[in-house]
Amino acid sequence: MENLGTVLRIIAAKQTLPGALLPILHEIQEALGCIPSESVPPIAKALNLSRAEVHGVITYYHHFRQTPPGRHVVRVCCAEACQAVGGEALAEHARARLEGSDLTLEPVYCLGLCAIGPVLQIDETTLHARVTPEKFDTLMHALEEDQ
Amino acid sequence: MSVTVYVPGDAAALALGADSVADAIVTEAARCGINIRLVRNGSRGMLWLEPLVEVSTPRGRIAYGPVAAPDVSSLFAAGCMSGGAHPLGLGITDELPWLKRQQRLACRRIGVVDPHSLDDYLAQDGGEGLRCARAMAPVEIVRAVADSGLRGRGGAAFPTGIKWQTVLDTPATQKYVVCNADEGDSGTFSDRLLMEGDPFQLLEGMAIAGLAVEATMGYIYIRSEYPHAIAALNAALDGARNWLGDFEIEVRKGAGSYVCGEETALLESLEGRRGIVRAKPPLPAISGLFDQPTVINNVMTFGSVPDILARGASHYHEIGCGRSRGTLPFQLAGNIKYGGLVEVPFGLTLRELLYDFGGGSHSGRPLRAVQVGGPLGAYLPETQFDTVLDYEAFAAIGAGLGHGGIVAFDDTVDMARQARYAMKFCAIESCGKCTPCRIGSTRGVEVIDRIRDGQAEQVELLRDLCDTMTHGSLCAMGSMTSIPVLSALDHFSEDFRGMRA
Repeated sequence: MENLGTVLRIIAAKQTLPGALLPILHEIQEALGCIPSESVPPIAKALNLSRAEVHGVITYYHHFRQTPPGRHVVRVCCAEACQAVGGEALAEHARARLEGSDLTLEPVYCLGLCAIGPVLQIDETTLHARVTPEKFDTLMHALEEDQ
Repeated sequence: MSVTVYVPGDAAALALGADSVADAIVTEAARCGINIRLVRNGSRGMLWLEPLVEVSTPRGRIAYGPVAAPDVSSLFAAGCMSGGAHPLGLGITDELPWLKRQQRLACRRIGVVDPHSLDDYLAQDGGEGLRCARAMAPVEIVRAVADSGLRGRGGAAFPTGIKWQTVLDTPATQKYVVCNADEGDSGTFSDRLLMEGDPFQLLEGMAIAGLAVEATMGYIYIRSEYPHAIAALNAALDGARNWLGDFEIEVRKGAGSYVCGEETALLESLEGRRGIVRAKPPLPAISGLFDQPTVINNVMTFGSVPDILARGASHYHEIGCGRSRGTLPFQLAGNIKYGGLVEVPFGLTLRELLYDFGGGSHSGRPLRAVQVGGPLGAYLPETQFDTVLDYEAFAAIGAGLGHGGIVAFDDTVDMARQARYAMKFCAIESCGKCTPCRIGSTRGVEVIDRIRDGQAEQVELLRDLCDTMTHGSLCAMGSMTSIPVLSALDHFSEDFRGMRA
């Protein structure tokens, strides 16, 4: 219910923007880590949309999540420029390494660091270039230690 | 007197440890009692040298790179604050051959200017284009852009002047200027470099477009994968409101959909819907954002405009070759020794870019294939490396320059696997509107798997499927996925002989 209050505050602040749905969804996800299902009806009501339309938008975009992620989100670039320098092997390694971990692993298709791959991003804040499996393990170890 | 020290704050430099280098420099300067002014500039685009530290001296800016935090104390010991010699020393930045051989127009201030300072931008000739445009009638601005020969830098290369003229000629009470900053193609990062390294130039280009078509509102739609560029743009906007006058700009964040780089899907997304492509006509120039006439251009297109206004259309038109006028910021990426941003006039060959600038592969092995123009671009074999880099020459070999991204692969690449990936990427990112794209991409993955398992007769089916996707899809996602697939098949057929491990 505490979440619902946050959601209502965000809706009230943004609903008059032209094309307000994505800005609202982004802000909810930034505040709560995901877009909980109880936020769909008030968004739909405020923007005069059906719940199906709001749900459709949330599920269309890869960026939006309906459930909270792990303690950290680790995104490994799987696009061509990183593939050319071992990105697929890194992604394989990452899958095996983070099996059962409380870190969330996601593919990402290009971070715009295409000359210094393979690259990864942690929590949309930290970037790492020229990542080898060994460097990946060191980074993950640091994240796991940092409780 | 303080020494001005530049440590890039660009995302690529940060990924290589620029923040810790900056911290180490501040600490070491304090320890040595040297007063410094630290500027977090953009990247000069020589990405193998990042973090590239520059020190301002009477001789010019002296570069050191790639610098790691533990190097900092030895740099200070060598007197780097007055340009002293050091094993990481590269000399005067502007004299580095890699930069000197370029002709930077749109990117000329990236890495040079302080991206946080409008004053610095204006002091380095920024704002001149907008100043000129304010003294011109809309139709004169449009004519200047048309006369320059500028074509859309997002990939489709549509003449910008014609697009602007259409918007100007369409009556409406509210028109919009939209910047497509959804730079989703792998191997491309010039938009990101500009937005992080010289954001005011993009704002200026959009404001000029606003004057040209009589629009008062602009949106920058930028991908969520670029948080640093989003922050840079928002910071720039905070400092630029007065300068921009009546023209308002708002940054809108995408949400991880590749197809939103397609202009009509982008407009849908801006309006708050799923990023599903619209059928054209109507063109966005006539009925675009919120059904109003809309100029929608790529970051580099807007970034090219201020110079055209400031220096005149003919200055721009004199550069380039054939119908490809001006410069294109190419991006060398993937398995390449010297990767980064190369802005040159149209007319070089791909080979010059790959070897004279790129230095060959990063791995040291022979280059075998190069993908030009993003995930929907063709894979070119060595025999096509002498193709001239202009829009028409690439079209003539069934390829495209797109947004200028060049991804190099060495001889360990499995081209059947790359073709499979092209289909898989289409399956992941298809918006679902057109059946050939939505379903064909998944079938394409399966057919390529069968070919790789030894069923050679399936090649004909793959060609058929590509034909259906090409002719039965509304936008480039479905209709151009066949380009990487078929170019891989045509030029690297030996990889499709069913030897899958």
